[in-house]
Amino acid sequence: MNRILNQRSLRITYYVIFLLAIVLIPATIVHAQDPTPSDDQVNKIAGQLYCPVCENTPLDVCPTEACRQWRDLIRQMISEGKSEAEIKQYFAENYGARVLSEPPRTGLNWFVYVIPPVIILAGAFFLFRALKGWTKPVVASTTSDTSEAKPIAQDDYVARLEEELKKRK
Amino acid sequence: MIAQFGFGVLILSFIVTIYSVIAAVMAATRKSASLTESARRAMLLTFPLITLSALSLIYLLVYNHFEIAFVYEVTSKSMPTYLKITAWWGGQAGSLVFWSWLLSAFTSAVTLRKWDRDREFLPWVIVVTGITLAFFLVMVIFFENPFASMWFDKSGEMVKAMFMPNGATAVPLQLDGRGLNPLLRHPGMVIHPPMLYLGFVSFVIPYAFAMAALITGRTDDRWIRLTRRWTLWAWLFLSFGLVLGGRWAYDVLGWGGYWGWDPVEISAFMPWLTGTAFLHSVMIQEKRGLLKQWNMILIILTYALVIFGTFLTRSGVLSSVHAFAQSAIGPLFFAFIGLTFIVSISLLIKRWPDLHGETEMKSMLSREALFLLNNLLFMSVLVVCFWGVIFPLISELVTGAKVTVGPPFYERATAPLFAALMLLMGIAPLSAWGHSTVQTLGRALWKSALAAVITTVIIFATYTQNVIALIGFLLIAFVLFVTFQEFWRATRARQKTQNENFFKSLWTLVGRNRRRYGGYIIHISMMLMAIGILGIEIFQTQTQGTLALNQKVEIGGYQVEYSAISQFQGPDNREVTRAVVNVYRNGEYLGQVYPRIDFYTDSQQNMTIPGQRATLRDDLYVLLVDWQPVTSNGATFKIYVNPLVNWLWIGSFLFFIGVIIAAWPDKDPERAAVRASKTTRQINELRNE
Repeated sequence: MNRILNQRSLRITYYVIFLLAIVLIPATIVHAQDPTPSDDQVNKIAGQLYCPVCENTPLDVCPTEACRQWRDLIRQMISEGKSEAEIKQYFAENYGARVLSEPPRTGLNWFVYVIPPVIILAGAFFLFRALKGWTKPVVASTTSDTSEAKPIAQDDYVARLEEELKKRK
Repeated sequence: MIAQFGFGVLILSFIVTIYSVIAAVMAATRKSASLTESARRAMLLTFPLITLSALSLIYLLVYNHFEIAFVYEVTSKSMPTYLKITAWWGGQAGSLVFWSWLLSAFTSAVTLRKWDRDREFLPWVIVVTGITLAFFLVMVIFFENPFASMWFDKSGEMVKAMFMPNGATAVPLQLDGRGLNPLLRHPGMVIHPPMLYLGFVSFVIPYAFAMAALITGRTDDRWIRLTRRWTLWAWLFLSFGLVLGGRWAYDVLGWGGYWGWDPVEISAFMPWLTGTAFLHSVMIQEKRGLLKQWNMILIILTYALVIFGTFLTRSGVLSSVHAFAQSAIGPLFFAFIGLTFIVSISLLIKRWPDLHGETEMKSMLSREALFLLNNLLFMSVLVVCFWGVIFPLISELVTGAKVTVGPPFYERATAPLFAALMLLMGIAPLSAWGHSTVQTLGRALWKSALAAVITTVIIFATYTQNVIALIGFLLIAFVLFVTFQEFWRATRARQKTQNENFFKSLWTLVGRNRRRYGGYIIHISMMLMAIGILGIEIFQTQTQGTLALNQKVEIGGYQVEYSAISQFQGPDNREVTRAVVNVYRNGEYLGQVYPRIDFYTDSQQNMTIPGQRATLRDDLYVLLVDWQPVTSNGATFKIYVNPLVNWLWIGSFLFFIGVIIAAWPDKDPERAAVRASKTTRQINELRNE
């Protein structure tokens, strides 16, 4: 019984290998015949790079002849099996950091990432300190703003609205 | 002859401007009414003078006077007349004349108003606008003269000069000009720069009043009340300039988007940020007498950024720090910005003690506190933008290496700030001036918040599971529900007390408090625009490939088929290659789009104009790209599906309506009071008779 089962599973395995071979071998042949990466693959990387010559033009849309050649270079590098990071690295090394859509996180470039949050946080800190300084606890009944203090009470709301409309008549 | 006339008039207008400034200063110091009047009339004279000069320039442009360098650079014989006229602002020199002309128009309009109660401001408003105008006229007359001819100097090099330099020879008459940059030959470009410039220039007026208030020491909120409408119009023009620029980029630049975080775009966006913050924070000063110092800072910053924006785009500093150093006008602009900024800040410091708040902030959740938070967020976006634009220059100066600060930087930094702004836009309208608590706010907000959550759940179930998009839609829905609730509640309340029908109540309500409800309409429009931005930013899909004739490609539910191609000679010296593309959705034929490449023979440049099929759901945007030669056998197409993007344009129309409502002039209260007292007097007289 066991032997029969083993023979059957062995046969199934052979079938599977055979089927896989049928499916995969032509696929690899097709791949070998058509190694050219698609425009979409090229654009995916070119869109993250900037034209080294023109001002602020991404490489995927730049119409110049030089950019056409750079796109061909990207296509060639993809077909050689280079990764996205490697291609970007290659361009940065050869044409300078300006081809990258953001400054690389090294040296002076750190400032571009650090300064805005520092200024914004400082601004927020000063604002809240100032607000706290200005803010005083309110005793609702004694303030002059009581009519405005409960904006959601419907009667008050209607009254306030009418008051405003009257003022503008 | 016409050129000499135009240039002469320009010099005359410069002299008149300088006279006006000097007379105004003397008038203010000597308190002389006649000198003030003289300064005012001189300022009024600058407008017809600069208009004459501008008309001369337009004449030269339209009648192909290619001996003039500017005309040669921006026009060609084949250009249609309307483009020859708009070439006025298509080049550096002309655009500076355009700036000056707008400023003189606005200054004239301001000096023509009734000044009865505010006579002491007048001379100083003339001084500030006059100095700004004089600066631009100096640029035009001495550095970027649009009337200059072309000459060969002794060494044979081409130079531009008004009159023949020593030893120079005239350049042989050019038979045709180089023509306007093809990118600028688009209806969007005809309106976009004037709108942007209108926005820029009209912000000079509130700044001039702010300075007049600081100089005269009349630092109450009168200057704000006087300039409220100016500021709103300035803001409208600037906003429209930005939107039109986006639409132009979308239609002409052929990269499937409307905004690329380019430094030129950002330079126009920065004054918009401070201007928007200013529009909000002046309300606090008017209602609560707070933030006087801060409002001054905001308007000074806006003015500085307006000049800075013009400087960034005009000085060549963006292409390289070295180009800036070589440019004649770059350093001058830099000096002018620095000088005006220092003088403004010094004046502010001098008046600092007079500008203390009249009341105190009472609650962290009051509307004024939330408006302050709104200001903080706008300023934070400004910091990100400013630093992103400036950093490449600093890097080039310090290390010599150029870097690019591109969209990923800005998007990452500003997205949370914009989200927070949207949240505030939802909460602030329901908080009260003076005092709010968590309970009062909670009670006011819960219905809208619940409705927003339910909407988001429906979007989650039917449209997208993308978390960022869902947060965006949640915030948009929240703001929309809050704003509609505000309209609904107020209209219903009025309807009940006045026994009117709903629409009459709504009409009266909006009419009586145009500023508030105009503002709410602007909020709604912003949310519609946010839907468009969210759609294209998060859900845009694209594909590119070479199609054989009658071959189809599938993208985002569409099937796009290359059907035919034709080449023909278009107007304006264009060789047009136009593809016919059939569009199907789930097999059903929807129509055709016509992407094309226009080759401009005069400038030897290609333009890729997309074929678009726009619906409320999405835009199909097909480009004929020139990666491969285009033939009837095959052509390369880049196809984008931009979901929801049309809400951006719809929102901008509503925005326009909102600002018009908010800025619509009220009946002049003083005149109304006079008229009322007259009527009462007449009635009394009749009675007595």
